[in-house]
Amino acid sequence: MSVLVYTESWEGNFRKSTYEAVSYASETAKLLGTDVIAIAFGNESDHELKTLGNYGANKVLAASGVEKGDSKTATHLFTTNTSDANIIIFANTYTSKMIAPRLAAKLKAGIASNVITVPSSTSPIQIKRKSFSSKALEDITINTEQAIIILAPNAFGLVESGNDCKIEKIKVNSNASVTINGQEVASGKISLAEAEIIVSAGRGLKGPENWKMIEELADLLGAATACSKPVSDIGWRPHGEHVGQTGKAVAPNLYIAVGISGAIQHLAGVNSSKIMVAINTDPEAPFFKAADYGIVGDAFEVVPKLIEEIKKLK
Amino acid sequence: MNIVVCISSVPDTTAKINFTDNGKEFDADGVQFVINPYDEFGLTKAMMLKEKNGGKVTIITVGDATVEPVMRKALAIGADEAIRINISAKDSYSTATKLANYLNDNPADLIITGKESSDYNGGAVGGMLAEMLDLPFINACNGLDISENTAKITREIDGGKENISANLPFVIGGQKGLVQESELRIPNMRGIMQARTKPLQVVESSNNENLTTSISFEKPEKKGACKLVDADNVAELVSLLHNEAKVI
Ligand SMILES: Cc1cc2nc3c(=O)[nH]c(=O)nc-3n(C[C@H](O)[C@H](O)[C@H](O)COP(=O)(O)OP(=O)(O)OC[C@H]3O[C@@H](n4cnc5c(N)ncnc54)[C@H](O)[C@@H]3O)c2cc1C
Ligand SMILES: Nc1ncnc2c1ncn2[C@@H]1O[C@H](COP(=O)(O)O)[C@@H](O)[C@H]1O
Repeated sequence: MSVLVYTESWEGNFRKSTYEAVSYASETAKLLGTDVIAIAFGNESDHELKTLGNYGANKVLAASGVEKGDSKTATHLFTTNTSDANIIIFANTYTSKMIAPRLAAKLKAGIASNVITVPSSTSPIQIKRKSFSSKALEDITINTEQAIIILAPNAFGLVESGNDCKIEKIKVNSNASVTINGQEVASGKISLAEAEIIVSAGRGLKGPENWKMIEELADLLGAATACSKPVSDIGWRPHGEHVGQTGKAVAPNLYIAVGISGAIQHLAGVNSSKIMVAINTDPEAPFFKAADYGIVGDAFEVVPKLIEEIKKLK
Repeated sequence: MNIVVCISSVPDTTAKINFTDNGKEFDADGVQFVINPYDEFGLTKAMMLKEKNGGKVTIITVGDATVEPVMRKALAIGADEAIRINISAKDSYSTATKLANYLNDNPADLIITGKESSDYNGGAVGGMLAEMLDLPFINACNGLDISENTAKITREIDGGKENISANLPFVIGGQKGLVQESELRIPNMRGIMQARTKPLQVVESSNNENLTTSISFEKPEKKGACKLVDADNVAELVSLLHNEAKVI
């Protein structure tokens, strides 16, 4: 018996979402009275691998020979090491969402994605997940002996435990069926999925040249920037920043919406944020119905003041 | 080139989501159904590839007869033919199994699914299907260029993108970027007329095996009222965020 957890690193460092998944795995393993085994395939240093123990991993299988974009070899890596795993846990990343369903089909294991709670019962596994673009929560059971869980973004948080985890190195023969030609990553930028704070702006900003203040506010808060769909459709901002029902679903601690009306499709992707702030000239803007705090006012006056006040605080 | 687009029929994005029977059943009463937005990008891409390289675009949906209006819309946009697998699938595994059975017998050069369905949000059918057919799978695909037998593909990764090449056939999970929003097609009168006579084949199926079971749904808790702060008093907002909400 064991709980297996997928890990992902960028530039040699594990991501926060990985530590969150390991924390979740550790809580789940306690319910089952078993150990957490982490699988790593990013050629991380031993020092970095050891950090997985801080969140409850008992052992790390560090594999070489698997590329991130190669879901077939990654699936092979998991299937050859999962024979005694009861539950396999994945953080919410683009790569994990490519591997987990493959693995589910290969193992014929039931899969639940967007999961927000540890199992409320373990035989069968029952968990709560987000559904209908976060407009609903669903309780489901996984009826197979092995279960696969993909967490919702920022749903669980970090739980430190301080295990001294063992490292075991393995080598995998690639059976890649695709060729990875390289990655283009904006390094140093905080990813939307992991951001604690997001500053987001909409069509109310009138034009791309007005995003400087949004970026300044975001930098000051250590936040990521996002935008509404029309803003990315007209090319004011990159598609990667589009949040909402048809863009990214995010769940930061703080979501600041500037000049965004609060259409139902936008709110669907952001209303899992813990605290939402709306800044809008129109007191009737639907965003005020969803927000925790609001200012009815002109973004071009309010945002610069906000920047000044936050500077004072820091 | 033989392209198959897997289409899921989902509630319109503006639909209010309600449940009946103590949260057990989705209340479809008065809800308009549409092509899953991610699948619409894929369908448009398929049309463009066909226009460039020749071939045929087939759409396929697993569902009962109620999904047919949405399938007709896809035909009106320009798909050549439609296959409906007549079963109400109970989870992503049963949906993927049905699609895989059909595609094993009727192989395609390119299989397009969406990144996720906007109702169930499983994000699982495409990857499962790829595994069942033993094909490569590229998820969150936001760029696809095919010449002859090989494709240049980009997929979104957290904080950037990855460039991949692969030989046909393979499965993608598509999203915006595959085509731009402005390139999406609205069915015109001629398309709608033609769609009525285009073939929509119903394939019977049995053995609906599911690995997960939905117990019940609930709606997220409603938020309390919004605290409004005066525009001349931005300092108060900062103080509330710092001292009350403790988020900055
Ligand atoms: C199928 C479908 C899917 C969709 N998916 C998404 C999605 O995923 N994400 C998404 O965001 N949208 C989505 N939409 C679009 C959505 O319906 C709205 O059209 C969109 O969210 C509006 O964007 P906005 O708030 O930036 O612009 P607008 O609705 O134009 O709002 C601009 C706001 O700015 C305010 N404003 C104007 N000037 C100022 C100023 N100086 N200072 C402060 N405020 C000002 C206005 O009062 C207004 O409230 C979808 C639509 C469809 C049909
Ligand atoms: N019932 C269905 N019929 C055909 N394709 C489907 C069906 N359900 C899901 N799909 C495809 O699988 C993708 C991912 O769906 P899901 O795993 O439900 O999030 C969708 O975008 C569709 O392309």
